Amino acid sequence: MGLLGRGSLAQDPQTFAAGRAVYTKWCAPCHDPGVTHPGTHALTVKYQGAKPGVLLERKDLSVNTVRVIVRHGISVMPQFRKTEISDQELDALAAYLARNTPSN
Amino acid sequence: MRLPPGVSRSDFSAAIAEFEKVVGSQWVFTSDEDLDLYRDAYSPFLNEPEERMASAAVAPSATEEVQRIVRIANRYRVPLYAISTGKNLGYGGSAPAYSGCVVLDLKRMNRIIEVNEANAFALLEPGVSYFDLYRYIQDRKLKVWIDCPDPGWGSVVGNAIDRGGGYTAANYRNHFDSHCGMEVVLPSGELLRTGMGAIPKAETWQQYKSGCGPWIDGIFSQSNYGIVTKMGFWLMPQPEAYMRCTVSLPRYRDLAPMVETLNYLENSRITAGFPDIASPLIGYPPIGQIQLWNEDGPPHMTDEHRKLLTAVDLGYSRELEEYGLKSQIPYWQLWLSFHGPMEVIEAQWQATQRHFARIEGAKFNTVDRVSVPLDPANIEHFHEPEFGIPSLRAFSIGARTPWNPTPSKGHMWFSPIIPRTGAAIIEANRVFSRAARDLGMPLFRSFTLPACFWERSFIFILATPVTEDPETNKRYREGFKKLIEIGGQQGWGEYRTAPVFQKSVMDVYSFNNHALQRFHETLKDAIDPNGVLSPGRYDIWPRHLRGKPS
Repeated sequence: MGLLGRGSLAQDPQTFAAGRAVYTKWCAPCHDPGVTHPGTHALTVKYQGAKPGVLLERKDLSVNTVRVIVRHGISVMPQFRKTEISDQELDALAAYLARNTPSN
Repeated sequence: MRLPPGVSRSDFSAAIAEFEKVVGSQWVFTSDEDLDLYRDAYSPFLNEPEERMASAAVAPSATEEVQRIVRIANRYRVPLYAISTGKNLGYGGSAPAYSGCVVLDLKRMNRIIEVNEANAFALLEPGVSYFDLYRYIQDRKLKVWIDCPDPGWGSVVGNAIDRGGGYTAANYRNHFDSHCGMEVVLPSGELLRTGMGAIPKAETWQQYKSGCGPWIDGIFSQSNYGIVTKMGFWLMPQPEAYMRCTVSLPRYRDLAPMVETLNYLENSRITAGFPDIASPLIGYPPIGQIQLWNEDGPPHMTDEHRKLLTAVDLGYSRELEEYGLKSQIPYWQLWLSFHGPMEVIEAQWQATQRHFARIEGAKFNTVDRVSVPLDPANIEHFHEPEFGIPSLRAFSIGARTPWNPTPSKGHMWFSPIIPRTGAAIIEANRVFSRAARDLGMPLFRSFTLPACFWERSFIFILATPVTEDPETNKRYREGFKKLIEIGGQQGWGEYRTAPVFQKSVMDVYSFNNHALQRFHETLKDAIDPNGVLSPGRYDIWPRHLRGKPS
């Protein structure tokens, strides 16, 4: 697609804000820091320190990984429909979560 | 293109084209990739041919669009399946009960039409989640509480019409009971308002439930007689204070008087908060603290204690009881919560203690005594839904933790209603633990305590995992059905279940040669003669699909 080379969208302040808003609404309840967030707890246990359990601290998430997991789900996390997170919102979210990832 | 059974390609294409005219082509989904998003993420038929699949999905944004879609569906005999937010995980998710339905996805209908603080009610569309409603109330600093189940992303309307429950005071926990007034699109496309909403100028739609004449709201819950497009709810005025207390009892035999005393106090409204029964001695947590066990690990237990637990029968052995008495570990612990002005709830707690003091050895403890609203820094100390605060914390059930290294793919809830007595708790354990052992079903613990969401009855709730292995899922599915049947023989029936078990459950409700089911079918034929709306939901089938395997 070439649409989302590293940071191209996330560096745009509007996209960044939109991505953060999607994260806050849909991801934060499970993925914010702390064991009270089951997604964070699960990833912390899974990676055993090799990677951060907190999504916002990840430096290896690719845009494509975010897209695939949001649309397919994993473990007890369900997939999300387009009436919940539209393709455009997913692009913004993926760019936001991949903002710290070297070119992917 | 996937097709609904019995619908020709040309008719389906025509229907899809008309749906697109109503909602815009971007809100009609027909590709496999898009339709996979409507699969039940916790389906016990995961990746098997019987997994329920949609043939298309259409997402309207307004009631008038819903009416038009329903009329089109009638014209082409295309079956629809309505979902609200589609997050009914463990009870069917966003997948249809009958494969090939067009999912009518109401998530975009997410307007909060009114939250009235002065008379504590709300009027909502089905796409509004508990998170949405909570944020709306917080942003406006309104002094009302919602009552939410554990998963906060669910629909307030959808949860109520699937008859879900929550955790605050008794008269709000039953979400269907606490609703007031509905707007419904009938299978003909006609619009209906119930209760006082049937009077065009009424200002009391959310203030008096039944209006005059037959009160029909119940038939739109756990059914397929209409699509609820607006629904009113009574909210709880924000209480001034909250107190959480425990009653600890030392002996196995104390279970029956504990339940009897609880019933009296709750039915008299001396205590109204969510009662939560635990057993520190057996190692069974209160429901409101399961997430703490998943997050921080279960409480420490000595080797001697652990060893004694391997030799109990129905949660009992004389040695275990003696160990509990010696070590001061209560056999039973009842968690009670109180909402209201401090002087009122202190008095309620005093009266509560006086009643329980009749049980020898009862001990009392005030665990939390806080003013409301909570300090945000303190919220995680509590089980948020007990404060009407939505969360997703409960998804620690089944997720990977240090104590659960092999996460599940989901879960299904086995949840029969049993009597509110100590004897029934023991009998349910006797019946189900033996059955589960015989069926190779993984019950989480050797002794199960029921949930007290409802007044007057218990839900004997057990989570059964969904895995990625079809053989295991098959064994659990068949075991689940057998448990339903065994429960039915005792007079116990599920309060709610996923589509794949709805036939088994409704078969248990069999009084007088299934008179109830036959009445459901009579209604279905009258209200939805073409059988277009949610066929098979709660095993109510239109005439042309009756008697076929689902």
